[in-house]
Amino acid sequence: MKFGIVRFPGSCDEVDAQLAAGRVGESVLLWHGDRDLRDVDAVIVPGGFSYGDYLRVGAIARFSPVMESVIEFARAGGPVLGICNGFQVLCEAGLLPGALLPNAGLRFVCRDVDLEVVDADTPFTRGCSPGDRLTIPLKHTTGRYHRPADGDVRVVLRYAPGHNPNGSEDDIAGVANEAGNVFGLMPHPEHAVDPLTGSTDGLRIFSSLAAVPA
Amino acid sequence: MPSDIQQLPGVEEAVALGLTPAEYDLIVAQLGRAPNQVELAMFSLLWSEHCAYKHSKRLLGQLPTEGEHLLLGPGENAGAVDVGGGLACAFKVESHNHPSAVEPFQGAATGVGGILRDVFAVGARPIAVLDSLRFGEPTSNRSRYLLDRAVAGIGHYGNSIGVPTVGGEVYFEGPYEQNCLVNAMCLGLAGHDRLIRAAAAGPGNVLVLMGASTGRDGIGGASVLASAELDAEDEAKRPSVQIGDPFEEKKVMECCLELLDRELLVSLQDLGAAGLTSSAAEMASKGEVGIDLDVGRVPLRESDMEAFEIMVSESQERMLAVVGPARVDEVLAVCARWEVGGTPIGEVTTTGHLRVLRDGQVEGDVPVAALVDDCPLYDLAPARPDGALYPAPERTLDPAATPREALLALLSSPNIASRRPLFEQYDSIVQSRTVRRPEEADAAVLALPDGAALAVSIDGNGRRVACDPYRGTVAAVLECAANLACAGAEPLGLTNCLNFGNPEKPHVAWQLSESVRGLADACRALDVPVVGGNVSLYNEAPDGPIYPTPVVGMVGRLPDAAAAGRLGFARAGDALAFAGPFLPHLPGSELAKLRGEALPQELPEVDLEAARTALEVVREAVCAGDVSSAHDAAEGGFAVAVAEAAIAGGLGARIDFAPPGEGLDRFLFGEGTGGFVLTGPREVFDRMAERIPVTVLGEVGGEALLVELGAEGRLEWSLAELREAWAGGLAPLFP
Repeated sequence: MKFGIVRFPGSCDEVDAQLAAGRVGESVLLWHGDRDLRDVDAVIVPGGFSYGDYLRVGAIARFSPVMESVIEFARAGGPVLGICNGFQVLCEAGLLPGALLPNAGLRFVCRDVDLEVVDADTPFTRGCSPGDRLTIPLKHTTGRYHRPADGDVRVVLRYAPGHNPNGSEDDIAGVANEAGNVFGLMPHPEHAVDPLTGSTDGLRIFSSLAAVPA
Repeated sequence: MPSDIQQLPGVEEAVALGLTPAEYDLIVAQLGRAPNQVELAMFSLLWSEHCAYKHSKRLLGQLPTEGEHLLLGPGENAGAVDVGGGLACAFKVESHNHPSAVEPFQGAATGVGGILRDVFAVGARPIAVLDSLRFGEPTSNRSRYLLDRAVAGIGHYGNSIGVPTVGGEVYFEGPYEQNCLVNAMCLGLAGHDRLIRAAAAGPGNVLVLMGASTGRDGIGGASVLASAELDAEDEAKRPSVQIGDPFEEKKVMECCLELLDRELLVSLQDLGAAGLTSSAAEMASKGEVGIDLDVGRVPLRESDMEAFEIMVSESQERMLAVVGPARVDEVLAVCARWEVGGTPIGEVTTTGHLRVLRDGQVEGDVPVAALVDDCPLYDLAPARPDGALYPAPERTLDPAATPREALLALLSSPNIASRRPLFEQYDSIVQSRTVRRPEEADAAVLALPDGAALAVSIDGNGRRVACDPYRGTVAAVLECAANLACAGAEPLGLTNCLNFGNPEKPHVAWQLSESVRGLADACRALDVPVVGGNVSLYNEAPDGPIYPTPVVGMVGRLPDAAAAGRLGFARAGDALAFAGPFLPHLPGSELAKLRGEALPQELPEVDLEAARTALEVVREAVCAGDVSSAHDAAEGGFAVAVAEAAIAGGLGARIDFAPPGEGLDRFLFGEGTGGFVLTGPREVFDRMAERIPVTVLGEVGGEALLVELGAEGRLEWSLAELREAWAGGLAPLFP
């Protein structure tokens, strides 16, 4: 499995995502100005503050040349994972429903949270079972998930009771598109892959995608 | 000769810019003529306290700056030590106190931005930030405002740039009410061969200004803000505070690191205090060359800026590089790829002069040596004050409170309560290196590629230094070393930020001299070199100076990241021991503060040799995996250390205390250096007792902290009530 990790100006977690993906496959960085996806099998839009998150989170990044190719790749059924800022970018790009609003507490929050797997029938969660609990850190100021007006959302992950850090509707932590090949989440699975630095539950997302046993 | 179209400024203008009349006369003598406006502006900044260290340089000569691990010492943008595996760790702490007191969000944010640039200017990728903060009591509206905005500013910058904020400290004390302290420390990693110095070299080489355009922000920051006392007119100084743009800095940082990777730069320097003037003069001075700068080529935010404004602007996110003429196009192409400004603005010359040009006219021409080396240095006139300098703290705890009540009061007090409401606002995990996050161990621990790890801690209890500048400073160094020992790390180097009041006042001069003497003695005793640092003077408000606050940042290495220590109790049934040459003392302690007691005029003497042995023994025990937890006794003494370890581990303990007769409070809450709460198998402590004082006091386990006092009964706290007190202390400040 070859992962491509997008690097925007202002991306912060692209190397972390590359390290995590590198545990289950091959991984390369994709420059924001290039349309070439370098024959990757999956795309990760990483965390950070793309283009400084000026104007609105993810709003500028979605117009970058690489995103044209990512949108095309996703429409053709290619797996696309958006983490934190990447989730925001995918919502802005129209690949995922809904929007991320400023946290209810209006502050940046960095902590480990417990998540519940709601939908294990996606390429990203097929190594899990519904009801599984994952401990994964998160860190953001703008992570309060807001459903689209029609309310129809494929929820993949929920914050466990008492763990919703930002006021997300229905404790939603991660959603997929209808087809299930595009998945965005606010927590950072790439920061939960090594027992030395904490939990390893995030590795299950990468392993699922690479179809290797976690 | 400089163009002379405008009237030359005189001594009045010089004094308005912060120079003394004698210093102005010296400038005239050095130049052989009166300086023009551009030249005077440059002198006023480079001869400011902030840039020239004119009241502290002689003192700082006492500090040991040699060590077997040292790679870059004081004088570079950041110092660096060898951390093994061919890697160097560059690090430095710096203050941004006065800007933060005037505008806390931007002041703190640009403090972080500045220290990051210092580290990548030596070629190291920043891997961690720590911050050291001081505010007045949180009962004051101003302190809560400064705290809230400074924390938000640190987070805004560090989080956005992808460098984790892994640690720090904060104290709340009345004397910081007007003049808060915001010190930021940064660590970076680089291959030994990748470290780059700031010296300009090679006449004919080109100076390339990179990053943001230059505006009127921060003009006179070093002289107006950083080298004078705060006063009631500070609101009017807001335009002297720079505005930070972390996105710009992120691009500049990645761009510079790529340029260094590709070996396209001769040297690199950040633009900090005094902007282009300081950067160009420092680079020329270190390389013993001259520099011609064409300010007409500097990209400006406002087209009508005067030459002197361009030379002294402190606009953020700018770097100055020296580049071989054949490499300039390649450098500019890398800048363009990162969407970073890159403009050739001058060249290295053989003149030994810094010349400022515009439209072919010479706007200023000054010998570099006069700017950098000829600032007069002043001897301090220290005098120990006769009486107390600081009022007694306000009483918040009845002196008749029982030990049970006192522990809960201490745990919820601002200087001891959990810092979670602050550090949760910082990204502590980006870069996938953070082995120990805040409140997991006494020091932050960061993994290195070879399986080893760095441990880092920053500390400096100003109240104890106010009690006794010499011994209080020794205690700050020992505290930092103790934090490293509890993580299992051996110290490699130290950086410091000396935050003091007005050094022209004899009592402040005395505090500063004694403190530096203590720093030097403690560093020598531990064999830890000072790799660099910063001095911040004039931290005074109309009602007096701050507590003298030497902030110490220490970096150490442990051989196995996986063996890094934790502070929390880990295993029920473990023996609980108290180790080290600890002599508890109540005067000057947190408990004394809560009781409203006046500061003592001295602290007990510390046996540095015994302290060092204890540090080594604890470090070895942690590294060998002999102990399950290690936590040093600091503010609040033994009882608070035990309670913190219980809360962190979610396990209680039972402790048998031989009834001490007199002074139970002193045993429980007295403070000192060299005391460690350790848990593990009993036989470990039997062995340890052959080298340092160790007493096994009890056992880990249960849902409560019990202290058996023999015939005098017992003290008992449930874990839940300890946790509630500790977690709830600062939380209300961040609703």
